Amino acid sequence: MIPAAFDYRRAQSVDEAVGLLTEHGEDAKLLAGGHSLLPLMKLRLAAPSVLVDIGRLSDLSYVRANGDTVAIGALTRHRDLEISSVLHEHVPLLAHVAGQVGDPQVRHRGTIGGSLAHGDPASDLPAACLALGATFTMVGPQGEREIEAADFFQGFLETALGPDEVLTEIRVPKADGAGWSFQKFNRRAQDWAIVGVAAVAGSRPGIGLVNMGSVPLRATAVEAALAAGASASEAAAHAADGLDPPEDLNASPEYRRHLVRVLVRRALEEAGAA
Amino acid sequence: MNVSMHVNGERREYDVEPRTLLVHYLRDVVGLTGTNIGCDTSSCGACTVLVGGESVKSCTMLAVQADGCQITTIEGLADGDQMHPMQEAFREHHGLQCGYCTPGMVMAAVSLLVEHPDPTETEVREGLEGNLCRCTGYHNIVKAVLAAAQTPLASAV
Ligand SMILES: Cc1cc2nc3c(=O)[nH]c(=O)nc-3n(C[C@H](O)[C@H](O)[C@H](O)COP(=O)(O)OP(=O)(O)OC[C@H]3O[C@@H](n4cnc5c(N)ncnc54)[C@H](O)[C@@H]3O)c2cc1C
Ligand code: FES
Ligand code: FES
Repeated sequence: MIPAAFDYRRAQSVDEAVGLLTEHGEDAKLLAGGHSLLPLMKLRLAAPSVLVDIGRLSDLSYVRANGDTVAIGALTRHRDLEISSVLHEHVPLLAHVAGQVGDPQVRHRGTIGGSLAHGDPASDLPAACLALGATFTMVGPQGEREIEAADFFQGFLETALGPDEVLTEIRVPKADGAGWSFQKFNRRAQDWAIVGVAAVAGSRPGIGLVNMGSVPLRATAVEAALAAGASASEAAAHAADGLDPPEDLNASPEYRRHLVRVLVRRALEEAGAA
Repeated sequence: MNVSMHVNGERREYDVEPRTLLVHYLRDVVGLTGTNIGCDTSSCGACTVLVGGESVKSCTMLAVQADGCQITTIEGLADGDQMHPMQEAFREHHGLQCGYCTPGMVMAAVSLLVEHPDPTETEVREGLEGNLCRCTGYHNIVKAVLAAAQTPLASAV
């Protein structure tokens, strides 16, 4: 399968990328690792007429401790997160989750920025960023703006990113010593999660859910129950409250509601969050 | 557009459409047909090659994304008649039957040993999760990779 023809432009800087996006409007798409976009283009589910390759912006590939936070460049590959000593020290949940994405070949190419910008509710890193209370930086023609992870995911494969904006940095509060857990339930190696749960305990507790709706979600009902003093199993009983999970070959909505209650309980117990 | 890369140590340069996938560049343009296409949907790993020494599914990468890179395909592993230690181990331990998955499996295994020079069995099984084999049941592939890890230069390319 071969993608539809497109013009290829390689951006040498974020500003150049923003300029190319502004020039070509809705017809242009950014290309990072290509591991969400190229499969869609091969199936002709996406057919941008201009591809703006930001894959070589190596100055957007970094993981740095910075005060109370860890700053991650949007072009950092899953593999680099997986082995980052800074993450292992300060945000081990994120390193672990990155190591659960796809398979080694996917992790050698896919980037955290691409994973977040794609906005797939079945992806692992968005749920982890929600649980951790991450903040994202985006650059557009009007300059830079910031947004909380909780406000970023807006609809199925839709995010707060404008068509002329580039996601440049992800900032995650340090969670040194805080308990955490990632429960990824799938039937086959390499697969996306049928349901997944990312949980972090400590002073900024949070729970993110994979594949439980049309967007990556925060388990707000569980978080509220925990804040009110519920035990892990009491809080987990609320995991599916108000959620409308998808139906597909792998699972019915009812099965997903059951799974999420079980997985949230396991995650809270492992993280020591209650 | 002009795309050049070092394939198995040799500089190759061709004019191709931007939409040319790396696997088609290697097979149809360069003429190295050892890299197979299985699923063509990023799942099976048959098309695995090394880009800068790391395993990549070449059906899910544009040739232009590999512009200027060092590529290693299955043809680049042997040294003349001397098989690469990983190839030798696959033969010795019967790590293949029909052989369709083998080029990708061997390349993924070489990359695995770069990252885990002395892997456990679990690390081998998880490290090859991006490669499907319909014949062997994986057992002998895992044996081969564990054996190769004990020979010098098994992760060399
Ligand atoms: C076989 C396979 C298995 C996978 N399994 C999993 C899995 O288990 N879990 C999981 O979470 N994911 C999985 N993925 C998806 C993988 O994680 C992708 O790498 C990731 O979702 C996209 O990152 P990318 O850099 O490849 O983005 P690309 O494909 O290059 O881009 C994706 C989208 O984001 C946009 N974009 C990219 N970068 C930016 C940026 N900096 N700013 C603004 N927009 C941007 C692009 O325009 C495009 O619309 C899998 C993929 C494959 C092929
Ligand atoms: S052909 Fe590339 S992964 Fe199957
Ligand atoms: S040997 Fe036949 S698919 Fe692996």
